[in-house]
Amino acid sequence: MRYTFLLYTDPADLADMTPADWEAEKEVYGAYIGALNEAGVFVDTDWLQPVHTATTLSLKGGTKQVQDGPFADTKETLGGFFVIDVPDLDAAMAWAEKCPAVKVGKVEIRASAMGSE
Amino acid sequence: MTSSARVADMAARDSYGRLLAYLSSRTHDIALAEDALADAFVQALDLWPTRGVPDNPDAWLLTTARNRLTDRQRHQTRFPTKDEIPDMPADDTSPALFPDERLALLMVCAHPSIASDLHVPLMLQTVLGLEAKTIARLFLVSPTALTKRLGRAKAKIRDAGIPFHIPDAAVLPSRATTIHEAIYGLHAYDWLNPADDLGDEALYLADLMTKLMPENSEGLALAALIALSHARANARIVNQTLVPTEDQDTSLWDKRLIFYGRQTLARAYTKATVGRFQIEAAIEAVHIARKDSGRTDWEALNKLYYALLQIAPSLGALVAQAAVVGRLHGPQAGLDALDAMQDQAGTGFQPYWAARAMILAELGQVAEAITCFEKAISLATDSATITLLTNRRDALHHG
Repeated sequence: MRYTFLLYTDPADLADMTPADWEAEKEVYGAYIGALNEAGVFVDTDWLQPVHTATTLSLKGGTKQVQDGPFADTKETLGGFFVIDVPDLDAAMAWAEKCPAVKVGKVEIRASAMGSE
Repeated sequence: MTSSARVADMAARDSYGRLLAYLSSRTHDIALAEDALADAFVQALDLWPTRGVPDNPDAWLLTTARNRLTDRQRHQTRFPTKDEIPDMPADDTSPALFPDERLALLMVCAHPSIASDLHVPLMLQTVLGLEAKTIARLFLVSPTALTKRLGRAKAKIRDAGIPFHIPDAAVLPSRATTIHEAIYGLHAYDWLNPADDLGDEALYLADLMTKLMPENSEGLALAALIALSHARANARIVNQTLVPTEDQDTSLWDKRLIFYGRQTLARAYTKATVGRFQIEAAIEAVHIARKDSGRTDWEALNKLYYALLQIAPSLGALVAQAAVVGRLHGPQAGLDALDAMQDQAGTGFQPYWAARAMILAELGQVAEAITCFEKAISLATDSATITLLTNRRDALHHG
């Protein structure tokens, strides 16, 4: 089954990154991606631009609403995601425990509602 | 790393930790002391190659770092700048140039008011001089976030006035236990993530604690436990595959670490108290004894796990004991023991499924064994364990 990890972190923790910081950050996440790949469970990942660049769109109720900013204004914001393919939630939790973001923020685990092929 | 390079590396670490502990215990400001010491090392790298290494490098580094601190803290009075460090005669090579404040520094790093997941990173940074980025890479945690958290922790240590001293006898044991547990956590992390190579750091810190608190039996036992586990490191992963302890090639075990571990454990045995680390170290010693006897004493392991479960119950120990029971009284007895703990193990504990799969395979229940291997593989997150379990499963498919 496919599981998506939504990585919530405090942007203050990652503010003012130098290019060297950025390289070090990529190395740590690269190691995690490497472990997921080695285990054959990796599907997709992305690292998102900071939350102040978010645009939130809604057509609910028939009127178009465009909001400059995130849907929810919280201290910890959505910073990236991983999609992995593992048999069950136990396995997804084992991998979420290894995700670098879990040590400095929160990882929300959501199973795919699309079923598996 | 060659052994002489390793000795030089360890000697440099020893100097770094001692100097930083001394400087920060005087300034109560770890970050400031780190900067001053870093400046002193930069100057040393600049001057020593041309002018030669001073007769007493530590005294030179200390004086240079102290001068840096004086420059920066001229307006502050907290740092005593006069008569604190006498001018050293150039030929003085006595080891006790200045007091060893590393125990006080470790007490600060593992202070109850500091978040427990920062205890080990603070120890690695201050006592061993590892950079925050290196620590982050070893623990797979965001380097930027860890650097900021360590900076905030040091500011708290300074601003909240966390004392640089050895606590009273009344609280000393529990404070020492916090340090021991942090070091044990580092060792356990290294053991679960074999690729990271943090074992040397865990052993260094544990050995340092035995020197700083030579009468503490659990500290001695912890150093023995780490040394005896670490002695098996080269035999534990072969061809990128995890090798269970009982199948390891004992000729690959490290004799020097075994000697150290046995000697240190013997010192722990002479103390009156028996704790969790002593039992875990004794379990390691039983495994190590196979190197001489050619066999594993399952009876002794069974008794030791029983004792361990009395004072420090854990799922890991329960599973390990079930596996030992399987060796001692046959696979059916092992399976019964695993059945008995099923509720406690839940469904997400990988060692439980691995142990169950191996016992079912022994009993010839191939289909059930394959199902359990697959569950264990799905829960494993390091490639050496995944390869071992996959090989065992595939052997059943082909068997």
